[in-house]
Amino acid sequence: MSLAITSAISLNPSKRVLPGFALSLGISLLFISLILLLPITGLLLQTAGMSWNEYWSVISDPRVVASYKVTLWAAAWASAFNGVVGLLLAWVLVRYEFPGKRIVDALMDLPFALPTAVAGITLSALFAENGWYGSILAEAGIKVAFTPLGIIVAMSFTSLPFVVRTVQPVLEDLAVEDEEAAISMGGSDLTVFRRVIFPSLWPALLTGIALSFTRSLGEFGAVIFIAGNMPYVSEITSLMIFIRLQEFDYAAASAIASVVLLASLILLFLINIWQAFYLRRIHGR
Amino acid sequence: MVDKGLTLKGLTIKDLTMRTSAHLRIGDQPWVKWSLITLALSLVTLLLLVPLFAIFAQAFSGGLESYIANVTDRFTLHAIGLTLFVAALTVPINLVFGVFLAWLVTRFEFPGRKLLITLIDIPFAVSPVVAGLLYLLLYGSNGWIGSRLMDHDIQLMFSWPGILMVTVFVTCPFVARELIPLMQQQGKEEEEAGVTLGASGWQLFRRITLPNIQWALIYGVVLTNARAVGEFGAVSVVSGNIRGETNTLPLHVELLYQDYNVVGAFASSSLLAGIALLTLFVKSFVEWRQARQRQALNEEEI
Repeated sequence: MSLAITSAISLNPSKRVLPGFALSLGISLLFISLILLLPITGLLLQTAGMSWNEYWSVISDPRVVASYKVTLWAAAWASAFNGVVGLLLAWVLVRYEFPGKRIVDALMDLPFALPTAVAGITLSALFAENGWYGSILAEAGIKVAFTPLGIIVAMSFTSLPFVVRTVQPVLEDLAVEDEEAAISMGGSDLTVFRRVIFPSLWPALLTGIALSFTRSLGEFGAVIFIAGNMPYVSEITSLMIFIRLQEFDYAAASAIASVVLLASLILLFLINIWQAFYLRRIHGR
Repeated sequence: MVDKGLTLKGLTIKDLTMRTSAHLRIGDQPWVKWSLITLALSLVTLLLLVPLFAIFAQAFSGGLESYIANVTDRFTLHAIGLTLFVAALTVPINLVFGVFLAWLVTRFEFPGRKLLITLIDIPFAVSPVVAGLLYLLLYGSNGWIGSRLMDHDIQLMFSWPGILMVTVFVTCPFVARELIPLMQQQGKEEEEAGVTLGASGWQLFRRITLPNIQWALIYGVVLTNARAVGEFGAVSVVSGNIRGETNTLPLHVELLYQDYNVVGAFASSSLLAGIALLTLFVKSFVEWRQARQRQALNEEEI
């Protein structure tokens, strides 16, 4: 037996040497099929039972379409905000030393660690008209809680770490030679940033923004507390699914969910392809 | 003249060396540096610190006694128990799955390997409400599997097994996601050497793999636990929100908040925020340990 293994190694080194291939393949496939693929198939079967006209009338209902628009716009604004703020935070954390830096770095993951319902009621209390932020903003005539602006606030909070955490490692590994050369040739800071640093940074920045956008599209817990959930104005698509479920209209809930699921799967695959592509480009250099 | 020249020369050399270290990176002029740091710290304060502080300020706004009364309320205690119970089952399930999946995709080459790595990310991309709905459709009383189980008087949805199932779904990527990049980077040479020395599969894992991945594994477990304890959307779809029965702690927070018991809602929230802070602490500790491990390895090689 052991002779057979040794000869297998020496004869064909590319052959699987390590044990556990069949076992780990079996467990992984069983788990993924049961936990991930079977439920998704269930949703597809449920929607397949509807006629095209029924399906279309559910997903193109004006109130549902309004919820797509609110969700997409809010997610776009939130991820744009996170792109700018995340880049600044990553830059400061990588480039500078200052007291309390390690605490700030650790705190950066708070939105991932904090349950979304807790984030939701906290932001809602802060931005309410008598809240710490809300009372100051009210004097400037800005209303955040129970408006689409509140949705943007909640989405930015819950997805803030994505950009920081994707840009940070790239910024750390940035080659100093190019930067040094550009400075010694007399480039101003802004020019060097724009022409030398940004070109190697933007793929990671875009990945972070895309991840933040995907997460924001699906965010539920944090948003529903602060949004006010007014039909046509501040109702997100996840909530539309939830409302249809509470009306026991499973068919309509599934139809809307299939749209959301398809959108998030497409985004996920695009992000993965994009990451594989740009990682190869970086390592290929 | 000469003297002055010398000092100048001395200054210049020192100045030059100072410049090479100080000036060949952009954004290092003190005013740029400090204004960026100030801006970043203000944002961190406004976006993260104040909300975190507000949770505890609200929780204790009725004084310590009312805080304790809120936390030890019968329904709150039940919610805490259910939440910990579900997390205690979710973590081992996803720990075993995560380790096997990571072993599979980092130690073997096979067709469909990349697809598997992408599939495991699905729960991160899917809205929690959709995740809950997926399970409700399949295992609910009208569902394909659920209706058959109903015939045998087994009800999964609107009871704790349903909550467990969706929690396993939303947290299944965490352990694998932590392990895969690390195990990929460490390579499989050590384990292959172990095989030629005649180690069994379990010995390989116990003696070689586990010591290498222990910190990432701990962090994966902590992340799984944090998300399992805090999941709201998916659980809210399948729980049925029965107070004292299927109410988890995040759902209890919502219930109290909608009952206008704001202090009670924040008291329960403060427990969840405590778990979140613990998670952040473990993460920093693990990263510090890993950095030390890497440093020790580098020194050994030199």
